[in-house]
Amino acid sequence: MTAVKINNVVKTYGKKKEITALSDISFSVSKGELFGIIGPDGAGKTSLFRILTTLLLADNGNVTVDGFDVVKDYKAIRQRVGYMPGRFSLYQDLSVKENLNFFATIFNTSVEENYELIKDIYSQIEPFKDRKAGKLSGGMKQKLALSCALIHRPSVLFLDEPTTGVDAVSRKEFWEMLKRLKEQGITILVSTPYMDEASMCDRVALIQAGKILSINTPQGIVETFGKKLLAVKSTDMLRLLHDLKQCEEVQDAYPFGEYHHAVMRNDSKEILRSYLEQRGQSFELKEAEPNIEDCFMALMKTS
Amino acid sequence: MAIVSMNEKVIVAENLTKKFGDFTAVDHISFGVHKGEIFGFLGANGAGKTTAMRMLSGLSMPTSGNAMVAGFDVYRENEKIKRNIGYMSQKFSLYEDLTVRENIRFYAGIYGMSSHFIKEKMGQVLGELHLTAEGDKLVKSLPLGWKQKLAFSVAIFHEPRIVFLDEPTGGVDPVTRREFWHMIYEAAASGITVFVTTHYMDEAEYCDRVSIMVDGRIDALDTPQQLKKTYAAESMDEVFLKLARKATRAAD
Repeated sequence: MTAVKINNVVKTYGKKKEITALSDISFSVSKGELFGIIGPDGAGKTSLFRILTTLLLADNGNVTVDGFDVVKDYKAIRQRVGYMPGRFSLYQDLSVKENLNFFATIFNTSVEENYELIKDIYSQIEPFKDRKAGKLSGGMKQKLALSCALIHRPSVLFLDEPTTGVDAVSRKEFWEMLKRLKEQGITILVSTPYMDEASMCDRVALIQAGKILSINTPQGIVETFGKKLLAVKSTDMLRLLHDLKQCEEVQDAYPFGEYHHAVMRNDSKEILRSYLEQRGQSFELKEAEPNIEDCFMALMKTS
Repeated sequence: MAIVSMNEKVIVAENLTKKFGDFTAVDHISFGVHKGEIFGFLGANGAGKTTAMRMLSGLSMPTSGNAMVAGFDVYRENEKIKRNIGYMSQKFSLYEDLTVRENIRFYAGIYGMSSHFIKEKMGQVLGELHLTAEGDKLVKSLPLGWKQKLAFSVAIFHEPRIVFLDEPTGGVDPVTRREFWHMIYEAAASGITVFVTTHYMDEAEYCDRVSIMVDGRIDALDTPQQLKKTYAAESMDEVFLKLARKATRAAD
C-alpha cells in the first residue's frame, strides 16, 4: 500500500518564478515506512512538506496522501495527517495540557481516547502539564509538539527537521521515539540536515537544490558509491589534505573526522601509499566504508 | 593543524561561575586557550555553553570567578574585549538587504577600521571567497553556503585576536561544511584563536582541543585523540554520549 505518492512536483517562487525550490520531484512512500528526506538548508525540504500537508500549492505535478489528492481532497488529508513544522508553532501562552486538549478537540477526539499512542512521549512532560508552552525547554517543546501532532492518531506523520539544533544525545532519544511510533503502524516522513540520521530510516531521499540525488535504503545508497574509499591520517592534516588533492589517482579528498577520505579513481591503495611515502610524511592508511555523507558529496559533485 | 603557541594564552578562566537566582548555569569552570588554537566547546543543550560564551565575550557579567580574554578582564574591561574579538552566531547575522560590500563596510566600520584598511582588505577577502563578481549583489541573493562563509569573513575582517563561532555550520551541506572548516584552519594559522561550538561530532575531531560541558561544569578537556583514549571510545560521538548521558539537568 502506498501512503504518499508524489509525481513530477515543481515549485517555484518569485514574480518571474526565478527561484526553483523543487524541480520535478517524484517518489512514493509505503504504508508504515519510516522515510527520511535528507538535505541541507535550502534543499527544498520544507516546500515539499508544505505541499504534502496541503498548505502550499505546487506549480505542477500531483500528490496523493493516503489516496487523497492534496488539492481536491485537502480537507480529508488534514483530518488524517499529523504535521510538526520546523518552527515551534504551538500556543506559547497556553499550558502544556491546554495545548494538547486544544488539538484533540479540533480533531473531534480527546486526550483520553488516544493516550496510549502518546503515553511514551507525553509522560515525560506530564509533570509540567500546567506550565506555559513558551516556558518549556527546547527538548520539552519538541515532545509537546510531537504529542500534539499525534493526538488524533494520524495515519501519516510529517516531521520537518525535528532534530535541528538538538544535541547528539537528544537526537538519539528522538529517533528511538520514532522507531516506537513506527511499530504502531504510523507512516512517518521526517526531514533532517544531519546525514548520520539516514541510517535510522527504512529508506531515504537525498535532496539538494530542489532535486533528488538518490532514493534507496541507507544500505542501498552506500552500495552504489562504486569507488574505492581510503582513510588517511598524519600529524599534519592540512598538509596531508593538500598532498592528497595533488595526487592524480585521487578523484576527491576531504576531511572526515579523525581521518581524511580519499576517493580513488582506481582500486589503487598501494599507489597512494607509495605516493605519500615519497612525500616524506609518516601516515596511517586504511580502507574505509563509505557512509551517507560520502555518497551525498559524490552525488552533489556529479549532479 | 594550526600552529599553536603554547606559552601564550588568550583566554584564561578560573572558577568562572554564573548564577541566575538559585540556578547555577555555569559552575566554577577553569581552562585556558592558547593563541592560534582551534578550541571546540561542546555540550548538550542546556549544559551552559551559551552562558559561558556570553561571559567570555563581555556580554554578561560573571557571578564569581575570574577570566581574562585577549588580555582584558571580563569585569572591568568588557568593552575592550568586545573590540578585540569576532563573533558569528548560528543564525545568519548579515543584513540581507545590503550588498556584500556594504555588509563588510558596515561591520568593519563598527569595529573602527579605517577606510583605507577596509578598501585594501575588501578586495583580498572577496577574492579569497571567489565573490569579487558578486560584491554589489544583495546578500539575500547568495546561496546559504556562501552566506555562511561570508559571515565568517566578516567576523574576522577586523583581525580580532579571538573569534567565537556559535554553531557556524548548522544545516550547511557537507561540501560547504568542509570548505568552512578550511577557512577556520587558515584563520588559526594566521594566529586567530578559534573558539567554536558544534553539534557535528566529526567537527570535534578537527579541533586542537575539545572541552565538554555537562550540567554547567567542564567534565573533560583534552585533544580529541586523548579523549578517545581516556574514555575508551572509537569516535568523539561516543565520548560525547558517554559524558552527556550523565547529565541530570534538563535541556534548555
